[in-house]
Amino acid sequence: MAELSKGKFKIIGCENNNSDEIVRKNITYGEDAWRRLKENKVAMFSLVLLVIIAFMSIIAPYLRSFGVNGVNPLTTNISPNSTHWFGTDDLGRDVWVRTWAGTRTSIIIGVVGAMIELVVGALYGGISGYIGGVVDDILMRIVEILNSIPYLILVLIIIIVMQSNGIIPLIIGMTLTGWTGMARMVRGQVLSIKEQEYVMAAQALGANSPRIILKHLMPNVVGIMIVDVTLAVPSYIFAEAFLSYIGLGIKSPNISLGALCSNATPNMMFYPYQLFWPSLVISLIMLTFNLLGDGLSDALDPKQRQ
Amino acid sequence: MLRFVLKRFAYMIITIFIVTTATFFMMHSIPGDPFASPKKLPAQTVKNINKKYGLDKPLSTQYALFMENLVLHGDLGESYQYPGLTVNSIIAQKAPISGELGGEALIIGFSLGIILGIIAAFKKNKWQDYTVMFIAILGIAIPSFVLAAILQYFFTVKFELFPTSGWGGLKFTVLPALSMALGTIAVYARFMRSNCIDVIGQDYVMTARAKGVSKVALVYKHVLRNAIMPSITMLGPQIAMIFTGTFVIEVIFSIPGIGRYFVSSISDKDYPVILGTTIFVAILYIISVFVVDVLYGFIDPRIRLSNNKK
Amino acid sequence: MGKILEVKKLKVSYHTYAGEVQSVRGISFDLNENETLAVVGESGCGKSVTAKSIMRLIQTPPGEIKQGSEILFNGKDILKMQDEELRKLRGGQISMIFQDPMTSLNPTMKIGKQIAESIMIHRGLNAKDAFAEAVKMLETVNIPNSDKRANQYPHQFSGGMRQRAMIAIALACDPKILIADEPTTALDVTIQAQIMDLMKDLQDKLGTAIILITHDLGIVASVAHRIQVMYSGLIIERGKTEEIFKNPQHPYTWGLLLSVPRLDAVNKDVLYSLNGTPPDLLRPPVGCPFAARCEYAMAICNESMPEETKLSETHSVSCWLQHPMAPKVKSPLNAGGAE
Repeated sequence: MAELSKGKFKIIGCENNNSDEIVRKNITYGEDAWRRLKENKVAMFSLVLLVIIAFMSIIAPYLRSFGVNGVNPLTTNISPNSTHWFGTDDLGRDVWVRTWAGTRTSIIIGVVGAMIELVVGALYGGISGYIGGVVDDILMRIVEILNSIPYLILVLIIIIVMQSNGIIPLIIGMTLTGWTGMARMVRGQVLSIKEQEYVMAAQALGANSPRIILKHLMPNVVGIMIVDVTLAVPSYIFAEAFLSYIGLGIKSPNISLGALCSNATPNMMFYPYQLFWPSLVISLIMLTFNLLGDGLSDALDPKQRQ
Repeated sequence: MLRFVLKRFAYMIITIFIVTTATFFMMHSIPGDPFASPKKLPAQTVKNINKKYGLDKPLSTQYALFMENLVLHGDLGESYQYPGLTVNSIIAQKAPISGELGGEALIIGFSLGIILGIIAAFKKNKWQDYTVMFIAILGIAIPSFVLAAILQYFFTVKFELFPTSGWGGLKFTVLPALSMALGTIAVYARFMRSNCIDVIGQDYVMTARAKGVSKVALVYKHVLRNAIMPSITMLGPQIAMIFTGTFVIEVIFSIPGIGRYFVSSISDKDYPVILGTTIFVAILYIISVFVVDVLYGFIDPRIRLSNNKK
Repeated sequence: MGKILEVKKLKVSYHTYAGEVQSVRGISFDLNENETLAVVGESGCGKSVTAKSIMRLIQTPPGEIKQGSEILFNGKDILKMQDEELRKLRGGQISMIFQDPMTSLNPTMKIGKQIAESIMIHRGLNAKDAFAEAVKMLETVNIPNSDKRANQYPHQFSGGMRQRAMIAIALACDPKILIADEPTTALDVTIQAQIMDLMKDLQDKLGTAIILITHDLGIVASVAHRIQVMYSGLIIERGKTEEIFKNPQHPYTWGLLLSVPRLDAVNKDVLYSLNGTPPDLLRPPVGCPFAARCEYAMAICNESMPEETKLSETHSVSCWLQHPMAPKVKSPLNAGGAE
């Protein structure tokens, strides 16, 4: 040990110490979530890929001069080459243009469906949970009953009854019972947060209702809402593809990825590329949304806050 | 416990009633009166049909007769497209096939999914985890019909291992069931993995480890019982969907199930069949949900005890 | 009374995204048969981590028990034991009870079965006999209607009863050591007293040694034989209970004792509290960890770690005030209470 001088033993106390300082920088919930998301390479990769696909769906059809429904009996069933990057189908239509145009439709359906589900579900669940009591009981009974209805059957009935094959009946049918999941989740969150101590603490400090909702309820609920939307989009896209495949979804002249797959399947043995490209795109979309949703779910989980 | 079961049973009946009624009125709201008796049939048959279903009477009477037929006789109607063929007989013939296919797919999907999920959770971030997650990703991304097409191409044409279509023995079921199962495996593997990870982090698992409980007992008695519950909740609706999820696969593999028939009756516009089948499937679904709820009550004592306190 | 547990130079760290958090920074202590050792300190001082390390319940990763640490039970190093041996140790020779009895019990398993499980593993009885023993254990921990209660689930028990059930599980196989990690923190004050009495009782009956981990000096006085005070991952003072209460030497210990509200306090308007918060263990201070909050801090305190000074066979303290060159400081504690 080094020489100890007497000076070192004078009492100086701790007055000028800011030992209350906590060393790590304080970051908000949003910043923390974004940081965690960025670290998740898989999720970031998915996000980038998704942006690329969306971008392509907007501009890609304009890269070639062929129309979406440009039938040309002279160029049927050509394998991919330098003119037709993805080849042509049995009516001579360019597969590249059709695939990306179909992607556009599929994504729109997915997003619109998810948004409707989000808004309806969140409002319903939020109100039910916040008011509580008898209102909550009744609203939840309705949800239980709606939930017991097989989703596919309902969609089919709506489509049959409305006798048209446009996008509207499709979306109505799909969202009619889809929002129940979101409603339940939001209600659950609202209920548990209502009980939690920090809400009571805020009330004890005199915070009024809107403030409570905004600053305390929202951040916790927003997380699961974002995750649910992200995961709902692919399920709507898949549902639409499924329906189109059995002939009940999008019909000509509109196209979607599902319809493309459906048309291409009979020719699969001979012209596999016709099925390959729309299948690839739809698989990638499903994949990226799901992975992104997972990543978001991890990043936004307040319990994992470090 | 009994009160719980009775309450759930009552819900079931109410729901069935609402769904049946709603479906009936919705179908009958289709413009053009599709339920008007078909002219092609012999006069006596038409007269019988009119009498039985009250087709010349107001809608409310038709509804009453419909419900009477349904509740008292279990009669779901008759086909217009194929005169003399009752919906009941169609269902009796075709539903079991769909049920077998769907059931097989679900059993494979569920059991494999759960097992893989448990493995992934306990070997988190090791190679087993990554392998399982990779399989799961494939299952999520690839739509079942694409997978079916791919499997069909490779295993029936390129390597002639399985028949392309039809039904009749175990080998006919392999490819179709597999196409459906992968998606299910993916869902359950991921869900089970995340539930297991949650449970493993719980205090009572720490207590069990502090007691010196063996790894096997830890997994089975402590982790599994608590982690599997959400998966069983998910299983309920999926059991019911056994009959509704097979449509596309039946079409691709030409399997004579109820799904394929339902799809073709839609294009044939055979409305009584559509109505009858819809109601059948809906009722089946609702009953399955009820059964699962009751089972759930047995496994998790908190559910039935807390329900009684209400 | 022989030594049954010897902890030597235990160092435990956690690897987080921000860096390595040094929870336990090199502590050594012993436990004798049939005695109660209290480990006292604030949240985050490393006492729980120490306890879990003894049973090797630390999750690795992100935790790490550093090389050079030794934990000897009856001479054998726990840190080097194989899985099978470790399993027999846990619950059989050394048991642990945790802070929150609600989350520490399996919600889907009957209480009786949870006790019986331990008995079946370590005492080799069959299910029926083990369950009967479990019912007896519930009686031992003063739970009435033990046969009915054994068939109930955790959520049907009150907080105090659940903790008793935890104790029953822990003592079912007559372990040599019971580690109680903040056993009364989650309970009401009156229940706290009952639980502490129960533990003392059981120690007398069964001869179990107890390591009692707590931040509450109040419950320690009547139960513990020896006390060690931990701060920031280190033991800063240790001694027999009387020695610590009657002649504490470390300013932190003074702070802890002053913080206990007393009925006979002269100045009843002001509750004493220590300023500041414990140091961040990501970058632990080079010198004495308490220096930043210590009224009596000296320049040397910030520069290097004090050595351990032995005041008696059983009493020692790590503080620069003990150095012959340091000024004599009178303890602020006197018979009248807070100044």
